Amino acid sequence: MTELKRIADSFAEGKTAFMPYFTIGYPDYETSLEVVKACADAGADLMELGMPFSDPLADGPTIQHSTQVALENGITVKKCLNAVSELRSAGVEIPLILMGYINPVLAYGVEKFVIDAAQAGVSGFIIPDMPPNEAKEMSALCKEYELDIIFLIPPNSTDERIRLVTELSSGFVYLVSVLGITGERDALPVALSGFIKKVRSQTKKSLAVGFGISTPEQAATVGEVANGVIVGSALIKTVGQADNPVAAAGEFVRSLKEALLRK
Amino acid sequence: MAKEKKLSPKFGAYGGQFVPETLVPALTELEAAYIHYRDDAEFQEEFAQLMSTYVGRPTPLTYAARLTEECGGAKIYLKREDLAHSGAHKINNALGQALLAKRMGKKRIIAETGAGQHGVASATVCALLGLDCVVYMGTVDMARQAPNVQRMKLLGAEVRGVESGSKTLKDAVNEAIRDWVTNVSDTYYLLGSALGPHPYPTMVRDFQKVIGREAKEQILAAEGQLPDTIIACVGGGSNAIGIFHEFVDDEHVALIGVEAGGTGMESGQHAARFADSKVGRPGVLHGCYTFVLQDDDGQIALTHSISAGLDYAAIGPEHTHLRELERAHYTYAKDDEALDAFQLLSRLEGILPALESSHAIAEATKKAAKMPKDSIIVVNLSGRGDKDLDTVLKALGREN
Repeated sequence: MTELKRIADSFAEGKTAFMPYFTIGYPDYETSLEVVKACADAGADLMELGMPFSDPLADGPTIQHSTQVALENGITVKKCLNAVSELRSAGVEIPLILMGYINPVLAYGVEKFVIDAAQAGVSGFIIPDMPPNEAKEMSALCKEYELDIIFLIPPNSTDERIRLVTELSSGFVYLVSVLGITGERDALPVALSGFIKKVRSQTKKSLAVGFGISTPEQAATVGEVANGVIVGSALIKTVGQADNPVAAAGEFVRSLKEALLRK
Repeated sequence: MAKEKKLSPKFGAYGGQFVPETLVPALTELEAAYIHYRDDAEFQEEFAQLMSTYVGRPTPLTYAARLTEECGGAKIYLKREDLAHSGAHKINNALGQALLAKRMGKKRIIAETGAGQHGVASATVCALLGLDCVVYMGTVDMARQAPNVQRMKLLGAEVRGVESGSKTLKDAVNEAIRDWVTNVSDTYYLLGSALGPHPYPTMVRDFQKVIGREAKEQILAAEGQLPDTIIACVGGGSNAIGIFHEFVDDEHVALIGVEAGGTGMESGQHAARFADSKVGRPGVLHGCYTFVLQDDDGQIALTHSISAGLDYAAIGPEHTHLRELERAHYTYAKDDEALDAFQLLSRLEGILPALESSHAIAEATKKAAKMPKDSIIVVNLSGRGDKDLDTVLKALGREN
């Protein structure tokens, strides 16, 4: 396998990276891999791949449903690692970030998980119920195996906390646009650009914004002030409703990508 | 100003704060407020006053003479939390936290409930203190605990049915956390047991430790000595840690927690986190690292118990720590043993115990028979059984 691009290098100067989220195993395992490939082909700069958990407490109804379906399809941590291997073999070269809750990782074994992930071609991890205080072992392992671990900053974080999280987050920093769970919202929060600027003043790392972004217009607005835009629920909804999920995913990614390039 | 000192977030290796970052500021604020008011004379006075004049504390310690005679061994005493206002120990914690919420300027309270006892306790204290109250409850639990749903509504709370996952307590907690993440600036999450992210396990234990403090005084007054054994049921574990805490340093007092054995270990239909090593092992559920029932892939297992209040996949982290230290021991009682104990106590003592507490009674009857007559057992009778009549009658085939 050729040397994969690191996450941090996927945020090009003067451009906004587009990072879709998709659940492995939704609506079924094979289709989900095709969807990821279609997203990469359509210009996604990085991708977040969801590992299902029975109790996804940071997620709204759309992602909850997709992970529930994935569990019913027998998706395990091991299957998610296999999925990344398969995607790499199929020529997907953009950074692939596994996003999942901590308990399945603990059950798999933290060290084994990081080693096997590195082997499979995973680029990094997002674990929403593992804030930096609880992530010492995982962070050390990620450093050792040259993988990134990305932490989140919500709008209610204190300056002190922003300093800590931006320092420990590697690859990029994930800004949560609103207080709440994942899912589409009618409008972007008014205070968003102020929030992004506040974090920007504390770090040189790339800032990607997620939660509540669904339309090309919203993506373009966020793209004006952030280095990256993350969209999950809207893509899952689009795929879930489409007769041809793979084509629909490609089209969805293209429309958001174009909106980001237009800015 | 809040003092600089912090509470330890862990009990040995267990506990911690495995939560979305959005909740970190809220938990930090909560910890600071709790540390402040814990030592605040005015707060403590108001709490003590209401515990006495509203909750009805101290609750009595009742000598169960006929149950003792029936078992033929140790003397059995019952710590009567069933006589606390709203029918269970849950009110101790609900009152403490609601007073704290009010001092923190939060006007909206959210809570989760399984059996409905914590929901009722939360609705009760919110009515008392003039706070808005939203209770999350799985729709499966709403069906089996219908009278408690009605009670909460009469007390002015809004009960939100939870349709996700298994539609029971675990899913109600998920939904309450999702609400809290969304409304964190004006909302206080009144967690009902000694689990969840730090500082809840410590704070809930502290609001419940009055049970053990009173029991110690009462047994010394009655018998002039400490008990040999203390027995309590363990769901999340707040009533158990509440009575254990005062006795942890009294090393000759045996502490026994009783989990829900459901229809037995071999059936897989239970909530015995410690007893079934095939599915019970350390993991993270709802913000804390502790023993959790889960499958090989780390997905949280579905649990079963005849008592909704013990029907939960994780156990409070301090219990896991006490077990590891071998300071407390844990066993289980099955559904049918709890049902037998329910009937036994009703007939012999004129007390209808909650099905949760019936698990502790079941263990006490087994244990007492093997102990000498001059030994003493104190059972924490954590709640009353009126709420369980439908379930009990159905299980006994005596409907209608």
